[in-house]
Amino acid sequence: MTVAGWLTIVLFAAILTALALPLGRYMARVFTGERVFLSPILAGPERFLYRVLRVDPKREQDWRSYAKSLLIFSLAGWLLLYLILRTQDAFFVPHGLNPLGYHSAPWDVTFNTVSSFVTNTNWQYYSGETTMSYLSQMIGLTVQNWLSAGTGIVVAVALVRGIVGRSIGCFWRDLVRTILYVLAPISILAALVLVSQGVIQNFTTSLTAHTLTGLTQSIAMGPVASQEAIKLLGTNGGGFFNVNSAHPFENPTAFTNLFEMLLVLIVPAALVFMFGRMTGNRRQGYAIYATMMVMFLGAAAVAYVAEAHGSPAQHAAGLHTHVIAGSTGGNMEGKEQRLGIAGSALFDVVTTVTSCGAVNSAIESFTGIGGAVPMANLSASEVIFGGVGTGLYSMLLYVLLAVFIGGLMVGRTPEWLGKKLEAREIKLAGLGILVTPLAALFCTAMATASHAGRASISALGKGPQGFSETFYAYLSQANNNGSAFAGYTGFVQPNAGNVGAHGVTFADLLGGLGMLFARYAPILFALAVAGALAGKRVTPAGLGTMRTDNPTFVVLLIGVIVFVGALTFFPAMLLGPIVQGLTGHLY
Amino acid sequence: MRRDILTSLIAAVVFTILLGLVYPLLITGVSQVAFPGNANGQKIEVNGKLVGSKLIGQSFTSNPRYFQSRPSATEGGEYNAAASAFSNRGPNGRATAQADTENINKYLALNRPYDSALMVARIPVDAVNTSASNLDPEISQANAWIQAHRVAAKRGLSLNVVDRLISKHTSGRGLGFSGERGVNVLELNLALDGGSR
Repeated sequence: MTVAGWLTIVLFAAILTALALPLGRYMARVFTGERVFLSPILAGPERFLYRVLRVDPKREQDWRSYAKSLLIFSLAGWLLLYLILRTQDAFFVPHGLNPLGYHSAPWDVTFNTVSSFVTNTNWQYYSGETTMSYLSQMIGLTVQNWLSAGTGIVVAVALVRGIVGRSIGCFWRDLVRTILYVLAPISILAALVLVSQGVIQNFTTSLTAHTLTGLTQSIAMGPVASQEAIKLLGTNGGGFFNVNSAHPFENPTAFTNLFEMLLVLIVPAALVFMFGRMTGNRRQGYAIYATMMVMFLGAAAVAYVAEAHGSPAQHAAGLHTHVIAGSTGGNMEGKEQRLGIAGSALFDVVTTVTSCGAVNSAIESFTGIGGAVPMANLSASEVIFGGVGTGLYSMLLYVLLAVFIGGLMVGRTPEWLGKKLEAREIKLAGLGILVTPLAALFCTAMATASHAGRASISALGKGPQGFSETFYAYLSQANNNGSAFAGYTGFVQPNAGNVGAHGVTFADLLGGLGMLFARYAPILFALAVAGALAGKRVTPAGLGTMRTDNPTFVVLLIGVIVFVGALTFFPAMLLGPIVQGLTGHLY
Repeated sequence: MRRDILTSLIAAVVFTILLGLVYPLLITGVSQVAFPGNANGQKIEVNGKLVGSKLIGQSFTSNPRYFQSRPSATEGGEYNAAASAFSNRGPNGRATAQADTENINKYLALNRPYDSALMVARIPVDAVNTSASNLDPEISQANAWIQAHRVAAKRGLSLNVVDRLISKHTSGRGLGFSGERGVNVLELNLALDGGSR
């Protein structure tokens, strides 16, 4: 461990908070329909979009109607993306946008990929530069990066409106405003910053270099920066290249690494402050932010210490992994020199507390305890900042649960922000919290117990690692995260361009269905809670009202999250990473 | 219901055009004008011939006169930049330990003759472990300092000259605290060729 390493973690948290506060204020104004500094530029395009989409911007929807619009729009996006990916080499695709003439991936892999991108998961059984044409990356995958992010954010906004007011809003208006006012300005700016630091953006076929030692090196190219920016900002995480943000063309320097981590967390963090402002009591937002930040810093510290310590395999080979002059030591297997141990461990935590799932290092090569950290983050159902929108609405469901438990402990009818919480809301919130773990554990059990599931495990017969791969795969897909113990495979691709490739149908379908279920079921429950709360009258807080904006509540909330996660997932984690981390045994 | 379906279909097409064509093309246009070198991959050309990219590592194993990159396990040979891949070696893997041991022995065989103080305990981890992308363009300073003995001897240069070149091609941390210092192997080797040719 080094001072610079700890500084990276602490300063990152400070910069994030400093940036998220003003963005939260801005977003609160955007979603309450007030004028913002971009209004003079964007009001025109906004009206144009309403006209083209035939949307009445003054219309208000109830939760059923809101959910129906959302589901139908997601289905349309799903079908269009499937069509685009399956016609990758069709006659109407211009050669310049599929310069290497890649065929389409098989149907089962495409099913998984499409479900993955529409649900904001971005789990990838394929490898970008050997599977996808430039056109597929642009009009297919990039577009869903935007839309799935927008869909997540509007659900959070609707839930907040339901909590504080009488109406939950209009899906189309919220979607248009999210994309125009929030995602587009940041994404365009971020893409250009990334290019200025070395992320590539071109339509060149690929480079052929003649190296100093007389070898020929072929270097993959493409329009990377535009996809990279929204991939991170929308907490999507699907890399242009196979190795995602570890690729020097996606993440060229230590500065871009920091910048990319900020892009991932900025919107989820700002949403929390937005929530505080929209409730009329900013401290409500600060309390939730504090809860998230405590858990985030804890996870980052554990991951950093574990990775800086080094792995049993390194020690068995005789390597010394402590800091020496000119090298920080640690577990550098599967990590990039420029990003370092701290930059890799922090990035891993940033992308697994959110639903981003981008990686800048090989999680499969993390030490046992280092690998248990992302699993624990996923086990908390991504409420520690979480995905754009998904994080806030999942966290608010946990808040409901915590208020309910707190109410039971003091023996009063629980109420929150002036609204009484009754059986219906608590049931809906409970279901909303439990569907994701259910999907994760059900899929893991199916995959480990069946013969078909074993085909995907690369570390088969090598001890707990094989179980970790499987468990992580379904935990990640069910949480719509997308990061992976990348040895787990659902796609056999002997040649670049998909000739002779085939999918592992079982893993593709199970994962795809898991992602869809665990995305839309919680959305429906969250919207139903929004609808139920929107119908309630606000009564002023009395003396016996439990406060939800003080440190006591922060502790209670952390307790609820940890207990639910631990009770659900601890046994599974024991079988995989914890065994490896605690024993140091080689398999 | 019918209205939602119509709006959804229009929205899918309109957003695909705006976000899937206009947005990437806008970014490409601006980048190609404002940052052409970066946008096209920081190509390095020598006498008009493309020798590689500053950001993409390459293999130097066939020539010990060059600084060596980190071990790489891409398919189809080291540093295959057409197909980046993780090695996915588990932390508790017997195979991982074996691969590490092999790389340690290779490193010792290559450098020990020129640096008699070199022993296993002094080998920096990045010289043995594969990187995430397996295309890492950099090595640690410690790794470069050890290899400097060999390169200096092979090229008949003084150690000071080589060490100075290493410092010249060492990148700093982002904003002074983020990430780690690293030595760009391709640029360093090009500088050596330029100076000793």
